[in-house]
Amino acid sequence: MTTTNKISPQTPSQTIGPYFAYGLTPEQYGYNFKSWVDNKMVDPSKNLNTITIYGKVYDGKGNAINDAMIELWQNDGETKLFGRYGTGSDESNHFSFLTIKPNSVDGQAPYINVIVYMRGQLLHSYTRIYFSDEELNNSDITLKSIPKERQHTIIANKTSDGYEFNIYMQGLKETVFFQI
Amino acid sequence: MGKLIYNQFDMELQPPYKAPDYKSTILRAPSKPLIITKKNLSELSGPVFKDFKLGILDHDLTKNAIKYGDPIGERIVVSGKVTNELGQPIPNTLIEIWQANAAGKYIHKVDQHDAPLDPNFLGAGRCMTDANGNYKFYTIKPGAYPWGNHHNAWRPNHIHFSLFGGDISSRLITQMYFPKDPLFEFDPIYNAIPKRGRELLVSSLDLSITEPEYALGYRFDIVLRGHNETPFENK
Repeated sequence: MTTTNKISPQTPSQTIGPYFAYGLTPEQYGYNFKSWVDNKMVDPSKNLNTITIYGKVYDGKGNAINDAMIELWQNDGETKLFGRYGTGSDESNHFSFLTIKPNSVDGQAPYINVIVYMRGQLLHSYTRIYFSDEELNNSDITLKSIPKERQHTIIANKTSDGYEFNIYMQGLKETVFFQI
Repeated sequence: MGKLIYNQFDMELQPPYKAPDYKSTILRAPSKPLIITKKNLSELSGPVFKDFKLGILDHDLTKNAIKYGDPIGERIVVSGKVTNELGQPIPNTLIEIWQANAAGKYIHKVDQHDAPLDPNFLGAGRCMTDANGNYKFYTIKPGAYPWGNHHNAWRPNHIHFSLFGGDISSRLITQMYFPKDPLFEFDPIYNAIPKRGRELLVSSLDLSITEPEYALGYRFDIVLRGHNETPFENK
């Protein structure tokens, strides 16, 4: 079996660098350029079950990173949502998103895809947010494929403010990142 | 349109997460092996562009931030085609760009470089690819600037690009460079890419894109990961 299809070489990735904010998240950082996306992924006046997901991104020394950009991509077949937020507009370097929890698809635990970008990353990192109050986590095929002691790194903890999801780039608590 | 086929990052062309000459990677690169997952619905779909309408000058950085007059510097056209790994064009996908001004200064509040801002230049723009995957920006050629990576470190002139494509795996953030930049050999960000991938980020001067009496043209074609299933020629 042969194919005449020639594969074109992938354009290499480069870092987002420290200065993306006025281009990619301009309104969040107070630049005079309209944002096409932000961290309000749903309209709370139209959605009763909104949740807030918040957290920080930590480097290998445990310092909260103030120039990361986070994107959330979710799709459960019914609702497709996208959000983007930088960690540099809040003094404590938090990100936060307003969204809804996705439904389970094919019996899997509900999750949201996350892409992490920052200065010092030549390639972006993929991870997922699972939710601590989901029984399906116990039988989820992806979670089970991860060493037990690392599973908690991608499960957001339910708190009185929503769900807390911290991302650790390195170290004992290093977040599970995926090859996608 | 056939089924979407995923391709992994080609690590013979892509930079690694950790490249110690680029110092910020040392504390920020994931250190444990990546986990391989099955693709689900959520990885299979691109972002929703909602009701957002691009501004009519979003693609023209020489005009989209004018306060008093034209921005200073060399006006250029940057144009190219966005395809997948089989050369199939990717239409209607958003491209966002950002860059320094002609003096090598970013408008970003944390840029400490002692160079002037241009009151008529923001340095950010965006456009959608057309039905054939083509895009075009007008901008000002960005200047080189120093950075703190090592003694006397200077970045080659570049424009940052952000692209989507059809799904989460085709997402790309990259930088476009200019031909024969003498700073290439000293730049750890550019050199983190394996040798045979580097030239893929270097635009080429193209007289067919150049607009006479107006602006030099640079071509920068972009290939996003993955492709659509196409029939085999021979079975």
